[in-house]
Amino acid sequence: MDLSLFKVSIPSMGIMGAVFAGGLAIASSKLAVEVDPRIEEIEEALPGANCGACGEPGCSSFAEAVVNGNAEINGCPVGGSEVADEIAEIMGVESGDSVRKIARLLCKGGKEETFNRSEYRGIESCKAANIAGSGNKSCVYGCLGFGDCEEVCSFDAIKMNENGLPEVNDDKCTGCRNCVEECPKDLFILVEEDQEVFIHCSSQSEGKDVKEVCKTGCIGCGICAQKCPVDAITVEDNLADIDYEECINCGACVEACPMGTIDTIETEAEETDEEFEAKDQGAATDNTEKEENEANEVEDDCSIYITDACVGCGVCVDECPVDAISGENGEVHNIDSEVCIECENCVGACPTEAIETE
Amino acid sequence: MKLLLLFVGAAITNNFILARFLGICPFIGVSKEVPTAFSMGMATTFVLTTSAMVVWAVQNLILVPFHMEFMQYVSFILIIASFVQLTEMAIRKISEPLYKTLGIFLPLITTNCAILGMALLIPLKGYSFIESTIFGFGAGAGFTLAMVLMAGMRENLEFADVPKPLQGAPITLIIAGLMAIAFMGFSGMLSM
Ligand code: SF4
Repeated sequence: MDLSLFKVSIPSMGIMGAVFAGGLAIASSKLAVEVDPRIEEIEEALPGANCGACGEPGCSSFAEAVVNGNAEINGCPVGGSEVADEIAEIMGVESGDSVRKIARLLCKGGKEETFNRSEYRGIESCKAANIAGSGNKSCVYGCLGFGDCEEVCSFDAIKMNENGLPEVNDDKCTGCRNCVEECPKDLFILVEEDQEVFIHCSSQSEGKDVKEVCKTGCIGCGICAQKCPVDAITVEDNLADIDYEECINCGACVEACPMGTIDTIETEAEETDEEFEAKDQGAATDNTEKEENEANEVEDDCSIYITDACVGCGVCVDECPVDAISGENGEVHNIDSEVCIECENCVGACPTEAIETE
Repeated sequence: MKLLLLFVGAAITNNFILARFLGICPFIGVSKEVPTAFSMGMATTFVLTTSAMVVWAVQNLILVPFHMEFMQYVSFILIIASFVQLTEMAIRKISEPLYKTLGIFLPLITTNCAILGMALLIPLKGYSFIESTIFGFGAGAGFTLAMVLMAGMRENLEFADVPKPLQGAPITLIIAGLMAIAFMGFSGMLSM
């Protein structure tokens, strides 16, 4: 091979490259497109995980969408309020209510509160169990407890507790929606961080059916809706639902709920990891205590009674969520004080105003 | 007359896509709508024509005098890449939406075999400068023609009742094949 070839080829290629590079450099300055510098700044502020939780294909498209006004400033769930504040600064606006959203479980029926209606011997996953006859839990709406959510959580924020229910670590949860999408029973919802009151149930069964399968499920009695001072709760399909926009976290419903379905979660207290783990162990004992309390409540004598004005129409029987009222057609009806939960649904329903409260 | 024949030859009888089967990837990729297909054709035509000129110059003024024909591929790719860059910048400047719709296919013109094919054919056929330019331009025109024809058909295909297994890419490839057969019919007209 003739080495002299190198003498010509290397410089000539070099010169050609240089000429083209120069030409392109000139062209690029002449043809420069003005890209909004804010897009780059926002992109830098974002976590850069490109996870897509914001709904955009990636961080850079999200940044562009924000600048174009097509995405919310607090739209990045992974970055949370810190990033939202930074973006707000870049965009020159108030970040406003950049409240973090946290995953919450709509089920409270763990091993203690429910039972298995059959034996399940299959793949240890909620999805698989759900396909096999909606799972083997007594309540078909409830958490199956195999921990698909724990598995899918990339931030290690979900742990299954001893009671077989997933627990969310508020600090670690980024609101990425992974668990929301994973749960075959659709039990996770994202709720703003400062919300404290939750109705932990998603059962649409009738009251008496719920009582058969779960000690703490919502029976749709509607006491909470009655007690709520701001009308934030509505009962539909035998299930109470909170409007988090309205809720003022007063806790009136928590006390009123005969089933203990509604809970408060202290969001103020910064749970550390150890506490989180400690709670895992403590959960089981907590639950037994609560049960005892509930048992006491039920034994209390019922304060609702039916007077002689009763014409025996039977309207109240249909209204009662727990089937506490019985009686022959046309005769004065009776309330079983052991069963009655004092929801007062019958009081309003009685056409002859024969039901009174003490 | 010779130049006109050269143009027609490059554009129709020896159409780059349908007779030489070069540049199939953008042909399938960006032929969903007529306007985008047309713009893609224009962008490619620009790159084809300009690089045809420069390729001729480089081949005849640098490579041949210095006996460096073996450097053809490298230098041609260099030329093509530079012009694609230029086109990309220009399109972005002129029309941002077009830039977005062309997407990845725009930078991919660099690796479009139609262009490298054209560049390599020029020294092979021994064209003069003018001939090379016309050849490049004709190739571009043929490319655009095929793209627009295809896009027009695909637009109408939306309303056709295509059997499920053939929907999407398969039916497009079948159409491309039929179009190629039709274009083959021209090949007796001119011998190149
Ligand atoms: S994925 Fe759903 S059903 Fe399964 S354990 Fe988690 S919350 Fe329960």
